[in-house]
Amino acid sequence: MLKAKIKKSLSHFLLHVDFVVGDEIVVLFGPSGSGKTTILNCLAGLTKPDKGEILLNDRQLFMTKQIDIAIQHRHIGYLFQDYALFPHMTVRRNITYGTKSKNLVDQLMKELHIDHLQENYPGEISGGEKQRVALARALATEPQLLLLDEPFSALDEATKEKSHEELIRLHKLWRIPIVMVTHSHQEAEKLGDRILYMEEGHFVSRHA
Amino acid sequence: MDAINWYPLWLSFKTAAIATIIVFIVGVFLARMLARNTFFGKGIIEAIIMLPLVLPPTVVGFALLYLFGKNGPIGKLLLDWFDFQVVFSWWAVLIAAIVVAFPLMYQSAAAAFKNYDATLESAAYTMGAGKWRVFWTISFPLAWPGLLAGVVLTFARALGEFGATLMLAGYIPHVTDTIPLAIYFAVESGNMKMAGFWVAIIIALGFTGMLWLNWWSRRKIHGDDTKPVSSRKS
Repeated sequence: MLKAKIKKSLSHFLLHVDFVVGDEIVVLFGPSGSGKTTILNCLAGLTKPDKGEILLNDRQLFMTKQIDIAIQHRHIGYLFQDYALFPHMTVRRNITYGTKSKNLVDQLMKELHIDHLQENYPGEISGGEKQRVALARALATEPQLLLLDEPFSALDEATKEKSHEELIRLHKLWRIPIVMVTHSHQEAEKLGDRILYMEEGHFVSRHA
Repeated sequence: MDAINWYPLWLSFKTAAIATIIVFIVGVFLARMLARNTFFGKGIIEAIIMLPLVLPPTVVGFALLYLFGKNGPIGKLLLDWFDFQVVFSWWAVLIAAIVVAFPLMYQSAAAAFKNYDATLESAAYTMGAGKWRVFWTISFPLAWPGLLAGVVLTFARALGEFGATLMLAGYIPHVTDTIPLAIYFAVESGNMKMAGFWVAIIIALGFTGMLWLNWWSRRKIHGDDTKPVSSRKS
């Protein structure tokens, strides 16, 4: 369970959000520059809110002027928009970077159908494969929360479809809160258990 | 030609190698600290670091002579505390080499650390890695091609340093006679053969170094990261 209250002044507006995420997929939907990625960065610890409180499974990650847990101790998986795979490491080394469990890595690679790519470098695999490697890498750390920043934007239609199914399937297996950013309405409708509509740093209306 | 005195070759190499190691360590850490951070006064710090690159070596030499001279702020301390004089010693050769070569390493390293996507470091942090692990497993390997170019330039610059060395260390055979100084004083004394010999050695070294660097950077560009999808192993 994630509980977040975030206030941060950005260049054109004030980001001010307050939301709770259970073991569900919550989609942050809105135009570019409405503060969606900033929310993910605040949750992950890459950006510091001006004010607020972030609680993950009753563990305080952030509290104005009192608590600010370092990124590496937050146990939050983050799938970046361009995947951020380490170009100098093989697929397997990318996935094992954040874990010691060989079994989990093997299992994830099998689940995501990338076990045949173990010894390849990110520069040698396709966009869809990169996305799956990045997802496996984020899950390998056994995160308590998964953040997805436009995870499907670089994929072609057919691969997108497949990846959507895969995410739904994985979420059923993992049952952790997922916060996903997208600006595709169709994607939001399809994947989100809940959609939070954003405009200039605020949620404008909430759909169940 | 008289029997060749190889000492300048040994001295030049020893000095350039030690200077390069020191400049590399300090330059890499300083560049990593400054490259992606912005803070008040950063511009001034970088300007001071880069200054020796644009100043005439005699000016750098003069400044060092002032600092390390018997009555200079650092020289006086060293003399009072350790009874040690830098000027006209091998240490002067080393200090001159470090100061003139430092900007090249810093510049290469700063560019190298800005050259890769910073999100890669963020990704490593989210996977639980601490600062040192991120530096050694992500930042350093990704910056390595640029760092290596800096090492080659640093070594070459340290090997070729003349002006500041002459000002601070003078020309003392078997103490401070690096190859560039040996060339100058061979010409001064009319020994053109000796001068030509050292000139040929320096040119050969420089040429080989640049050839290797070009080859190496080309090989890097066509390396793993850009292999087409079709060429993969599976």
